[in-house]
Amino acid sequence: MAIHELELPKLHTTTPAITLNQLSFAYPDGRVALQNVSVTINSGEKVALVGPNGAGKSTLLLHLNGVLGALDGSVRIADVEVRRDTLRKVRALVGLVFQDPDDQLFSPTVFDDVAFGPLHMGLAEAEVRARVVWALEQVGMQGFEDRMPHHMSVGQRKRVAVATVLSMEPQVLALDEPSAGLDPRARRGLVDLLQSLSQTMLVSTHDMRLIAEVFPRTIILANGQVAHDAPTDEILSNRALLEEYGLEMP
Amino acid sequence: MAQQLLDRYIAGSSVIHALDARVKLVLTIALIVCASLLPVGAWLALTAFTALVWAAIIASGVGLPTILRRSLLALPFLLVVVTVIFSVPGRPIFRLPLGFVTLTATDAGLLRFITIVWKSWISMQAALLLTATTHFLDVLRALQALHMPKIIVALMSFMYRYLFILVEEAQRLLRARDCRSAALQGSGGGSLLWRAQVTGRLVGTLFLRSFERSERIYVAMLSRGYTGELRSLRAQTLDRRDLRVGLVVGAILLIITAQAFVG
Ligand SMILES: Nc1ncnc2c1ncn2[C@@H]1O[C@H](COP(=O)(O)OP(=O)(O)O)[C@@H](O)[C@H]1O
Ligand SMILES: [Mg+2]
Repeated sequence: MAIHELELPKLHTTTPAITLNQLSFAYPDGRVALQNVSVTINSGEKVALVGPNGAGKSTLLLHLNGVLGALDGSVRIADVEVRRDTLRKVRALVGLVFQDPDDQLFSPTVFDDVAFGPLHMGLAEAEVRARVVWALEQVGMQGFEDRMPHHMSVGQRKRVAVATVLSMEPQVLALDEPSAGLDPRARRGLVDLLQSLSQTMLVSTHDMRLIAEVFPRTIILANGQVAHDAPTDEILSNRALLEEYGLEMP
Repeated sequence: MAQQLLDRYIAGSSVIHALDARVKLVLTIALIVCASLLPVGAWLALTAFTALVWAAIIASGVGLPTILRRSLLALPFLLVVVTVIFSVPGRPIFRLPLGFVTLTATDAGLLRFITIVWKSWISMQAALLLTATTHFLDVLRALQALHMPKIIVALMSFMYRYLFILVEEAQRLLRARDCRSAALQGSGGGSLLWRAQVTGRLVGTLFLRSFERSERIYVAMLSRGYTGELRSLRAQTLDRRDLRVGLVVGAILLIITAQAFVG
């Protein structure tokens, strides 16, 4: 823990949290999903990833922890290059949350789910339990340990889904469309949660109000390529640009 | 809706509910094994088992009628056993002419039939009591604590987790089908062939969706450090009192069973 904290400032100043270098990827059926994507995200930055359906957002996020391997180019998380032999390390660094919480929450109880990551990182039992308590507190779901996912609302499930990766204490959070399907109140809660977390974030979304509130920087992805990468204010005030990519004004 | 269908647990705070799931599971299995070992016509032992199980059901507060009603579900399966009445050699008691064959019921066959039905029925009730007083997840944990292979426990827990989602998905598909086939329903529900086709497509869709979901779940597991070996926290140590209850009831089961062989 102590070593952890000592290392952090160094990362802030020298190494970007995420470095994508000329990343290209095609699915086995030949469909090209990413083409020469180069992006650098500094430690602590919160970045939104937008673009029409099929633009390659999910595909990009799946590269961050090596679930998909780059066909060409490279992915670095902090100072670790994502390769077959660094997967364990990378997966401890990157917390990936999937769009459908029913995919993310595969255990019968909330406790089991939030404990899954720490357990499989090989942590000791006491540490696992402590992390579960801490992670649930972070997302405001303390006391839900014994609940079952199918007895909870979508909003609650999304929060727990975030807790399942927070318990691994990742340096990078990658969320896929976290606000999809939420009612206004649950959405508000999500905005507060994302604002309160200090990790580096790359979040794919169609929710322009969420972007305006949480993310200072926005990347527009189109046809597997980075079309624009700019401060959110700049993008949101460019009406022509928003229209070109089918994005709504917040 | 799916909930009621799948959850057999009846919440409560009785001594039976509070008893450690591992003890309950072992005792239930012990009772089923003991009952199945009993020789034909061990009426005293069967009566004693029945008394024991009913006492536990009454103590649990889930209600004897509830358990008995649920146990009726097993009745159709018992019909299969009817054949022993006619197939075991013994003194004939009545004949059943069925066209060109005549079945002869024997006394030995009848005794065996009654023994088998009683054994199954009491085993069924014990299992129903277990599921009514123990949450399914506690049963799973108990199985794990008793060294059931991890992969099987994991499969059962996935099944429990996703059965609800699967049922909901199926209901959504059914509703969508009903919406589109309103006109046909009005004119008699369509031909059998048409309905078979629709149902086939429904099952296919459901299978594909489940398959896709399983891939996504696997990716989610990989993302959180799964490398092919499932880990779990150690089980809590067994409470001294629960252990004692288990040993005493276990001893009673053994004595009843032994008595049937000696007596
Ligand atoms: N498993 C897959 N197999 C083949 N093609 C896929 C697969 N997943 C996505 N694609 C294709 O890759 C492209 C990018 O998809 P995706 O990353 O899901 O986009 P987004 O998340 O931005 O909607 C799309 O054209 C999509 O059809
Ligand atoms: Mg997507």
